[in-house]
Amino acid sequence: MAKVFVSTVIDAPAAQVWAVVRDFNALPQWTPFVAESRIEQNAKPDQVGCVRNFRLRDGGTVRERLLSLSDYDFAMAYAILDSPMAVRDYVATLRLIPVTDGDRSYVEWTADFDCPPDRERELVDQIGRGFFGAGLRALQARFARR
Amino acid sequence: MNAVVRIRRSTVIDAPADAVWRLLRDFNSHRSWHPAIADSRIESGDPADAVGAVRAFRLDDGATLREQLIALSDRDRELTYCLLEGPVPLIDYVASMRLKPVTEGDGTLLVWESRFRPPAEEADRLTRLVAERIYEAGFAALKATFDMRPPTQAPAATRPARPAQKPVTVVDAGPTATPASSASFDSRAILVEAYGGAEVMRPVVVTVPPPGGNEVRLRHTAIGVNFIDIYARTGFLRLLTPPGIPGMEAAGVVTDIGDGVTHLRPGDRVVYACEPVGAYAEFRTMDAGLLVPIPPDIDDETAAAVFLKGVAVEFLIHDVHPVRAGDTILVHAAAGGMGLLFCRWARALGVRVIGTVSTEEKARRALDAGADHVIVYRQEDFVAAVMRLTAGRGVDAVYDGIGAATFGRSLEALAIRGHLVSFGQAAGPVGSWDIGAMASKSVTVSRPNFGHYTTDPVELAGRAGRLFDALRRGLVAPDIDRRLPLVEAAAAHRRLENGDNIGSIILLP
Repeated sequence: MAKVFVSTVIDAPAAQVWAVVRDFNALPQWTPFVAESRIEQNAKPDQVGCVRNFRLRDGGTVRERLLSLSDYDFAMAYAILDSPMAVRDYVATLRLIPVTDGDRSYVEWTADFDCPPDRERELVDQIGRGFFGAGLRALQARFARR
Repeated sequence: MNAVVRIRRSTVIDAPADAVWRLLRDFNSHRSWHPAIADSRIESGDPADAVGAVRAFRLDDGATLREQLIALSDRDRELTYCLLEGPVPLIDYVASMRLKPVTEGDGTLLVWESRFRPPAEEADRLTRLVAERIYEAGFAALKATFDMRPPTQAPAATRPARPAQKPVTVVDAGPTATPASSASFDSRAILVEAYGGAEVMRPVVVTVPPPGGNEVRLRHTAIGVNFIDIYARTGFLRLLTPPGIPGMEAAGVVTDIGDGVTHLRPGDRVVYACEPVGAYAEFRTMDAGLLVPIPPDIDDETAAAVFLKGVAVEFLIHDVHPVRAGDTILVHAAAGGMGLLFCRWARALGVRVIGTVSTEEKARRALDAGADHVIVYRQEDFVAAVMRLTAGRGVDAVYDGIGAATFGRSLEALAIRGHLVSFGQAAGPVGSWDIGAMASKSVTVSRPNFGHYTTDPVELAGRAGRLFDALRRGLVAPDIDRRLPLVEAAAAHRRLENGDNIGSIILLP
């Protein structure tokens, strides 16, 4: 089982950050790597069980199912259904923890998955740096206070 | 029933989560960082990371509190505790501290939260007290603590101040009195009167006080002799201030215990390898927390002969440079106390061991102990021999306790990306070296300190357990060179300094 864990601190209150990331259909709005996204079956993006179907800027298509969404804990989990990556049983979580000191937010993005052993390093790097790290940095820049 | 109040405060500390956790997982560490804590101790001599441990502490205003650790997880970097007694009505107070690594920037999120049931009329006051005076004040102090540290250094709390050497009361050179429990009594001992050669050690009779709080008194049954005792005697390492009793390793039997000692009883067999010095004596009073119980199937002489050296070999081959089956290592002084342990243990792990020794007799003993090849360095250049034995590649690691005479040549014997573990300087300090030149082989050099690998009681218990298990399974064996009476400590030092020993020397009181 491979694991990815990326976290950062964003200089904005957790409720504001959460308002952006809780939208399961909003990856194109806040990440640099998704070109377009839609929710299948005309479902609402906060309907647990809905599937987002998005296209990466490099052309690949990914389908992910929303497994849980908690406005109480500022947390969501989702699983990959189809993707160009050689991963199986991929489950990711995105969660926020308010930092009371300075009214900031801690954001943590993690994934657990199986993959061929010889691909593990490459996939952990691609997901951890290419997707999660890049996404969190974009979020940080979006909320940077002057 | 009063309403539940919940408090949650969080901050970000500019230090890696592992470093912050090393400090906070010690349930008694708050005395070293929290500004409100005047004094704190763990009751009953429990380790500070034992779930169930109780910390009794005093605040600056004189109030005393007791809190109990009820959960600790190294996996989640989280601990939970509850208040047992305190000066304010924090009824049913349960609190937790949780760390999360901030991977983008190498910081740490710290979340401190609690719940309790205050009387309604005091809820506001107590909430502010906990949130501001305890949590936020603690955050500020923790941030300041880590701000002042270079990022590569371990937190101060894991490097406790050097334990104090007890003052020695010399009685006279007369016969030993019969011990009477719970009073001071006389003990034969060896005293270093001034830094110098073996001749500065002389037999004396000293007074051994009854154990104080968290202390025990021991009757030593076998005392280990180590090169570090020579460094203490000469003053090369300031482990001992003359006049003082040397010795950092012994096995013995608990004769009486002080207040607060719950994990040991009179009659228990124990062993230790640590500061403060004071092992070269018939009896000794010391901190109970430093002692490791000896399993029933291991005898005292074995324990005294292998504990310090065996624990050192354990961390040198598992932590400092973890050896792997198929590796080739070079061990200097392969027939010495540590050398034979290296040969046996590394061989058992599938490692090819090349040893260096001074004589044919020692070569035979090192081969018997599992060395694959032994170089008699007086007959053959060891670097040339290593290159011949490794087809010009060199070895993956050199374990070098010799120092001045071998350091540079040990570097030459390394393979590309090899690791020189310099764990001693029997022939003198290694001096200064240009690390730029080490790039020619991408060399790693380590200079481990025994204390830094053995101070944490849980870690030490793990190392001791692995050593005892290795003895039981025959992976290592006590190779006892000489059993000398305690009064012949000077002869033991000379034998070790001359390199005459094959295996370990122990002193018998």
